[in-house]
Amino acid sequence: MSDLISMTLAEARDAIRAKTISSRELTAAFVGAIEKARPLNAFITEAGEKALAMAEASDKRIAEGKIGALEGLPLAIKDLFCTKGTRTTAASKILGNFVPPYESTVTQNLWDAGAVMLGKTNLDEFAMGSSNETSAFGPVFNPWRASNSNANLVPGGSSGGSSAAVAADLCLAATGTDTGGSIRQPAAVTGRVGLKPTYGRCSRFGIVAFASSLDQAGPMTKTVKDAAIMLRTMASMDPKDSTSVDLPVPDYEKLLEGGIKGLRVGIPKEYRIDGAPAEIDALWSKGAEWLKAQGAEIVEVSLPHTKYALPTYYIVAPAEASSNLARYDGVKFGYRAPGAHDITELYEKSRGEGFGAEVQRRILIGTYVLSAGYYDAYYSRAQKLRSLIKRDFERAFELCDVLLTPATPGPAFGVGAKTADPVEMYLQDVFTVTVNLAGLPGISVPAGLTANGLPLGLQLIGKAFDEATLLRAAQAVETAADFKHSPAKWWSV
Amino acid sequence: MSVDKDTVRRIAKLARLAVPETRLEPMAAELNGIFQWVEMLGEVNVEGVPAMTSVVAQKLKWRKDEVTDGAQADALMINAPEGEDHFFVVPKVVE
Repeated sequence: MSDLISMTLAEARDAIRAKTISSRELTAAFVGAIEKARPLNAFITEAGEKALAMAEASDKRIAEGKIGALEGLPLAIKDLFCTKGTRTTAASKILGNFVPPYESTVTQNLWDAGAVMLGKTNLDEFAMGSSNETSAFGPVFNPWRASNSNANLVPGGSSGGSSAAVAADLCLAATGTDTGGSIRQPAAVTGRVGLKPTYGRCSRFGIVAFASSLDQAGPMTKTVKDAAIMLRTMASMDPKDSTSVDLPVPDYEKLLEGGIKGLRVGIPKEYRIDGAPAEIDALWSKGAEWLKAQGAEIVEVSLPHTKYALPTYYIVAPAEASSNLARYDGVKFGYRAPGAHDITELYEKSRGEGFGAEVQRRILIGTYVLSAGYYDAYYSRAQKLRSLIKRDFERAFELCDVLLTPATPGPAFGVGAKTADPVEMYLQDVFTVTVNLAGLPGISVPAGLTANGLPLGLQLIGKAFDEATLLRAAQAVETAADFKHSPAKWWSV
Repeated sequence: MSVDKDTVRRIAKLARLAVPETRLEPMAAELNGIFQWVEMLGEVNVEGVPAMTSVVAQKLKWRKDEVTDGAQADALMINAPEGEDHFFVVPKVVE
């Protein structure tokens, strides 16, 4: 059974097409693995029965020769994507019992291609966090532990349930969403691949909104090839999301071929930060050498406004969040506090009791920076900074085709280690957040282990809508890194 | 700029968020930590820089102004905390 669940998405797809395994057989193996992995708390809602029914329907289609791009392949879905008839919580008490009467476009695309849903994965509440510790359904534990330690580590966030599920072989691949690094950072600290596509590549319809100008869905997978396969199905122009773009979605898997000879790889000097562990810098240099050895040209570039990206983000994202989260009022759906005497008290109590601490903090920041007298000093200035950050990238991309950077400032940290100081937690996204502000695609690829055996990733950043080149460069890093490590299955007794 | 207890109370009211009296002081301290860090944006000269309005150069699409969906009142009510027929029930608003 264990070799079934350790297959890559591409291997499983080929095995199903060759009829050496059935979808039911494969799905049952994952359902079993998920039950055994409950100590990780990777899932908020397990959907074993539904998964087996979907697998049986898929096997029927296979018998009839109707084979979709992801036919019979079991996936995990971040619990931020609305799934018709299956509870969708955003890891918040305020949506604790919400059962959507509609399906998100991204997940609909997956089911239309024949995929099977295993369940809904845990996350930071409303995707606000970098460690999965703000979830109202409890923290997720990273499948990885440091050598000679039994201490639980965080799986990154906000897509921490998805990253843990992929790393622990609880699904072939998972969906994530990335507003400031929420796909790439958790993938990096669990030794797997995470791709944030260009803003507009995937529809946001049916994804619980956090910061609408930054949010983007993407795949979390075991390999770069699997990310290419997933993206092709997830991406689409959608009349239900006016920001989804009307551009052809290429066959990314085919475009992985061809190598990187002559590719210009930019190294942004501002990403070398004081106090970063030496291992991060060493890995970054190694990554550049790997690409050079495969024929790429390395060029130094400058992104001068990099250090302003995080503070800019912590104005723009809370501002948008405070507006998006105004809809949770205890009236039309979601949690309603008992005992309110009037409508204002109903709003205030429902929201005060329904939202967790980090979400409340961000709603207050957002309300403040948008309030009369502060709008120009904060929000308007941040939107100008955002233009400067985007311009930095445009200038850099005159000199190169992709950028190579570290993915995170360090490996997975201990549960509770960074919860006391919000700013310290926010710094987790120092290398990833610029990409969201500029709307660009970015991918993290596992590249090595720390001295105590924890995974580290490298990030590649591409030009807008050039995911094909980005994936090809990522595969070059993957090939050279030859990262074959998996965590010991300590949770499965 | 620093945020005090009264400011937190005021923005919590604007945000329709019940923040208990005992949380106002700690919340002010947390927000100040964040705002002090954000202050560094003040050192950048943004004279003449346009504020970003769209991250991707794209014209918003036009569509025909026609009804494409609807008649979903039952589906709209299934998640209502309290409802009667096709009405949401709230505490009395008008005396």
